Amino acid sequence: MSTRITRRLGVFSVRLLAPLLLAPLMLAPAAMAAEGHGGEPAHVNWQDWKANNQIGDQASLQRGAANFANYCASCHSLKYLRYERMAKDLGIPDDLLRKNLLPDGAKPTDYMMVNFPKADAEAWFGKLPPDLSLITRSKGSDYVYQFLKGFYVDQSTATKTNNLALPGAAMPAVLSELEGVKRAVFAEQGAVGGHGGGPVVERFEVVAAGSLSPEKYDAFVRDTVNFMSYAGEPSQLQRNDLGIWVVLFLLVFTGFAWLLKREYWRDVH
Amino acid sequence: MGGHSNEAGPARTGFTGWLNKRLPVDAFVKGSMTEYYAPKNFNIWYFFGSLALLVLVMQLITGVFLTMHYKVGEATAFDSVEYIMREVPYGWLLRYLHSTGASAFFIVVYLHMFRAMLYGSYKAPRELLWLFGMVIYLALMAEAFMGYVLPWGNMSFWGAQVIVNLFGTIPVIGPGLVEWIRGDYGIADSTLNRFFSLHVVAVPLVLLLLVALHLVALHETGSNNPDGIEIKDNKDAKGNPVDGIAFHPYYTIKDVFGVGVFLTLFCIVVFFMPTFGGIFLEKPNFEVANAMSTPDHIAPVWYFTPFYAILRAVPDQQLGALAMALSLVCLVLLPWLDRSPVRSIRYRGWMWKTALTLFVISFVTLGYLGLMPPSPLYTTLARICSVVYFAFFVLMPIYTRLDPVKPVPARLTSDHE
Repeated sequence: MSTRITRRLGVFSVRLLAPLLLAPLMLAPAAMAAEGHGGEPAHVNWQDWKANNQIGDQASLQRGAANFANYCASCHSLKYLRYERMAKDLGIPDDLLRKNLLPDGAKPTDYMMVNFPKADAEAWFGKLPPDLSLITRSKGSDYVYQFLKGFYVDQSTATKTNNLALPGAAMPAVLSELEGVKRAVFAEQGAVGGHGGGPVVERFEVVAAGSLSPEKYDAFVRDTVNFMSYAGEPSQLQRNDLGIWVVLFLLVFTGFAWLLKREYWRDVH
Repeated sequence: MGGHSNEAGPARTGFTGWLNKRLPVDAFVKGSMTEYYAPKNFNIWYFFGSLALLVLVMQLITGVFLTMHYKVGEATAFDSVEYIMREVPYGWLLRYLHSTGASAFFIVVYLHMFRAMLYGSYKAPRELLWLFGMVIYLALMAEAFMGYVLPWGNMSFWGAQVIVNLFGTIPVIGPGLVEWIRGDYGIADSTLNRFFSLHVVAVPLVLLLLVALHLVALHETGSNNPDGIEIKDNKDAKGNPVDGIAFHPYYTIKDVFGVGVFLTLFCIVVFFMPTFGGIFLEKPNFEVANAMSTPDHIAPVWYFTPFYAILRAVPDQQLGALAMALSLVCLVLLPWLDRSPVRSIRYRGWMWKTALTLFVISFVTLGYLGLMPPSPLYTTLARICSVVYFAFFVLMPIYTRLDPVKPVPARLTSDHE
């Protein structure tokens, strides 16, 4: 009960304090981004898609861990994360870990590696699928979210698909059975749009529906990104919980320090 | 010590008496704390010296524990940092305290330096105090730069490449010098090893020595104050400054309050936004160093960006590096460039106030531009700001002499709180 409350407080304080402290830094880019966008033809602002994942939402993290185990882990390792640590942090009981998440032959104390013949990987994809331990830290959670929702049909590539967030991606659209298949209708060449460059998409057309509705697929991706964000920095759960107590203590300490200072300085004129 | 200090109390007996016959503990405490008199009107700008000392100690302590787990070497460094972040108990806290501490160090040092400019604290007789401070600042830049390389992320690697190559622009000896610094033909394992040695042993020792000299010089001249007048000119019958108060307990307790405020803000960053939106810890540094993959945009950490923007503002790389070096030399020369008869901005005229305002605007703008990828508009802005930056110093001997100053009071204008 108390940890739940603390976590809520932690999340609340992050949401409250981060914008306050970051506001001066964020103002300039925000103002610049706002310029030059009035009156342009409508297009899909995929660069603005936000993961908006909640790291304090344990159920979402658990669903994300299952998603990762089922759809990602056969190719992508999380080489800095142990199964046991993940289960402990995410509140996954040991029997469920062993039954659902642990690959055959792996021990709970093992790092989440891939036993994937390197030669096969290179033959199939032209490169080794990258380790994803730190992808949300090096590229950001929003990037991963955009990537997982950014696949579209492209007959010119080896995989017959392409990706908005990572043009020429070697990874096939492995989630298309869930998402469905979509075609991207691009704006005419030379059209200026998307912040930070990249192709300008006018709209998507559904080629084949997936097993999940768009809303459910969105939730699926969000949970997966949430788990990957956790995997990028497992200590963030602990960090938020501990931080709120440290800051509360310091506020009380500073209050008493002020009273002491005022008492001592009474005789200074 | 002074004759009056012997009268202050009975001779100590027992252990303290034994100790004081062998080590001047009481004399030191009196001379630098309880009978060291500081002006009584210090304002908020006077917190940052003690805070810089606090951050220094914090960096030393967290650094000791990080060194216990960090594994120097191009094959092990990056993984060992992730090991600290994930497997060492509270390793993440040590690492974030240290990485946030680096940025906090520069924040308090910049504010501390700006205080000296506001109140003319570098002017005679405190020129040497300023010089020690400037050498501390330069040593701190070296310390921070080499520490930034240690996690061996991709920005560490490419940042080191850019900064070390600057030495290559020095005529004649440049290319050989760069090779000597790196210990290899590129940034490599040998570079990482020597940066570790310098970051953990050599520069911290130099910093501690310089901080000691800075404090000894400060206690010799006494602190300046927001009025920029000498409190030693007005002494009471005992020979103590009328406008002075004992450093302990008054300022030690006031500084404890300052420490509380600072640590509250500091811990909000450490616990809730340790990367500070990619400014304190940059995104590309979460990828291991890779000589085959250049980050889209190489920028140094924020505390170097004003100088980096000056470097980029000059079209010629060699002249750019020279301009960057000169921008630091200008700061060192401040005590001799400022010819104003008064110290504090309170009694200076519109010329100094305008010049200092323009300087601050140009410095902050350069800092912002140095973080951003170059564009034609930004390059033009950086050039304008660089000119303002240098004009502030080059024209200083002229406008500080012409500036219509106000009469300076004989006693402090009491406005503490």
